[in-house]
Amino acid sequence: MTLDPTYLEYPKRRHGYDHDLYEWSAIHARKPVFWRNNKSVAVWVCVSLEWFPITPTDTPFRAPGHMQTAYPDYRHYTARDYGNRVGVYRLLDAFAKAGMKASFATNSVIAERYPTLVADIVSAGHEIIAHSTDMNGTIATGLPVDAERALIAKSLDMLERATGTRPKGWLSIARSQSWDTPDLLKKAGVRYCCDWVNDELPYRFKNGLINLPLNHELSDRQIITVQQQSADSYAQQMRDAFEWLASEATGRILPLHVTPYIMALPYRIGALEELLIELAAQSQAWMATGGEIIDAWEAQQ
Amino acid sequence: MHEGAPDPGLYDFSPYRDRKSIVWPGGKSCAVWVAPNLEYYEVDPPAHPKRKAWARPHPDVVGYSHRDHSNRVSHWRMADVMSKHGFPGSVSLSVALCQHHPEVVADAKARGWEFFSHGIYNTRYAYDMSEEQERAIIEDSIATVREATGQTIRGWLAPALTHTPHTLDLIAAYGLEYTCDLYHDDQVQPVKTATGKLVSIPYSLEVNDHYGFFIYNMSPREYADTLVRQYERLADEGGTVMCIPLHAYLIGQPHRIGPFEEALRYIAADGRAWLTKAGDIVDAWRAQQ
Repeated sequence: MTLDPTYLEYPKRRHGYDHDLYEWSAIHARKPVFWRNNKSVAVWVCVSLEWFPITPTDTPFRAPGHMQTAYPDYRHYTARDYGNRVGVYRLLDAFAKAGMKASFATNSVIAERYPTLVADIVSAGHEIIAHSTDMNGTIATGLPVDAERALIAKSLDMLERATGTRPKGWLSIARSQSWDTPDLLKKAGVRYCCDWVNDELPYRFKNGLINLPLNHELSDRQIITVQQQSADSYAQQMRDAFEWLASEATGRILPLHVTPYIMALPYRIGALEELLIELAAQSQAWMATGGEIIDAWEAQQ
Repeated sequence: MHEGAPDPGLYDFSPYRDRKSIVWPGGKSCAVWVAPNLEYYEVDPPAHPKRKAWARPHPDVVGYSHRDHSNRVSHWRMADVMSKHGFPGSVSLSVALCQHHPEVVADAKARGWEFFSHGIYNTRYAYDMSEEQERAIIEDSIATVREATGQTIRGWLAPALTHTPHTLDLIAAYGLEYTCDLYHDDQVQPVKTATGKLVSIPYSLEVNDHYGFFIYNMSPREYADTLVRQYERLADEGGTVMCIPLHAYLIGQPHRIGPFEEALRYIAADGRAWLTKAGDIVDAWRAQQ
C-alpha cells in the first residue's frame, strides 16, 4: 500500500503559518510591555465556574470532568457541584486574604441557578468572563455554526442579565474552538478569548479579537488531576514559574487557572492560600484580572 | 531490515559487559548531547490511514497552540539556557520550519547547532510510503537544510517516529551517518544496512521531556533530578552517551525551565561530561573502532 501522492504535497509551506487566524511573531521581537508601576509579572488568577448537567449530551464532545458512570452519576454530579457550594467560597476568602481580584470564567446557567454566588463574586470586585452556558456547551468543528452562534449569544446574554455587565472575555470549554469561533466571538462583541496557549502575552487575531493565553500547563486540572501531583508540588511549580518570569524583566503573565472542585478541597486550599499571599507580596507581581491585563496591554500597542 | 521477519535484523547482539572501552575527547567519560526538536505541526494536515494527527477535530486549539508556543516563546528561553551553560544543540528539525519560521532556524544556526532531519512536518507520517515517496522526503530534507543553513544533514529521526521497512537502508544510501530511532543501547552501535555506514546514537527516549512529563507525569523538579541521575550513572560507567531530547513547548514552560537549568548547571560543572553534538560523537566513536 502506498500513500496518495497528495500526501507529499505541501500547499501551505510558506513563511508564517499554515492558517490565516493570526500573524507569526516571536515574543522577544515585539516591543516590550510593562505592567502597572513597572511591575514585570501580571499574576492572573482565573477560576472556572462550572455546572455539569447529570445528562451529558456529548455534542460535539464531553467536557473534561463530566459524568463518568452510567446514569445517574451522583458521584460526579455532586462532586463537581461541591465547587459551586463550598469550594468557590474558600477561593473567594483566599482572594480576600491576598487582597487580590480574579477572573471567574462562568457557565452562564450558574447566574440563573445560583444568583447569590454570582452576586458575591461581583460585589467582591472580581471579573466575570463568559464560559459557555453549562458544561454541555462544548464547541468544536462539526457543531453547526448557527448552534455555535446561539450558544455564544445565550451565554453572554444570561451573564449580562445577571450582572448588569456584558462580559468582555470568553473561555471555551476545554479551550476548544471551531474554525468559526474567533469570528463569532468578535461579532458577538467579545473583546478577548483565553483559548490559545501559544504565547505569554496577549496578541491579536487578524479579525481584531485579542487572545489572552491561559496556559493549560499551569492549570490545577493539568498538574493535579491529569499529572497527579500534590497541591504542594503545584504551589512549588507556580513559585518556580513566577521566579523565572520575573527574571525575564519585561512584561510577562503568570496565569493560574484554578477549579473550585479541584483546588478548593480542604486538604489543598491551604497551599493555594499561602501561594497567593506570597505572590501578592512580591515586588515584581501585579495581581490583575484578565480585563485589566488586556487594558494595560492594549494601551501600549 | 528483514521485512516481515520476527527479528528485524537491525544489529548483532553485543553484550554491554567486556566491550572495548571508549574514551571521549579530553578523557571525558560521558558524551552529553542535547536534541531540541524544532518542529512545525500543521493545523489541518491531510489524513493518514494509520495515524491521526490530532485528537480533536481541526483546529485542535490546545494541541496546535501548545506546540506553537515553542516557536513564539519557549525556543528562545530554552536555547538561552543551553547556551549559557555551554550545551550546543543537535536539532531534530521539521524541515518545513525553514519556510514557516526561518527566524527559529537562523537562531539555532547562529548558536553553532547541528541540524538533522525529523521529516518535513511532524504531522506527516512515513508509514505506508513507497520507497520513492520516502526518497522524496529524504531528498527534500537534504536540500532544504542545505539551503537554509549551509549544512549537510548527517542524521535522521523519523517524523513523529514513523518508519517504513526501507527507512534505514534509504538514509544510509543517501550518506546519512546516524539514526536516532533505535533505543537498544547506551553507546553508539553499528546498524546493518544494505549500503553505507550507519550507526545508532543513543537518543535516550526514556528521558525525553515528553516521556518525563506525559508518560511518567513527573514534576519539573523530578524531571531535573531524573536527568542528573541518568547522567551520574552513565558518567560512572564511562564511554557512554546521554542525550537530552527536548521540546521547547514542554521544557521551556516557565515552571520547568528553572529546574532544568539547575540540571544543566550540575552536568556542566561535574567535569566528566563532554558537551557536544551528535555528529562529533559519531566521529569520535568511529576514530576508536
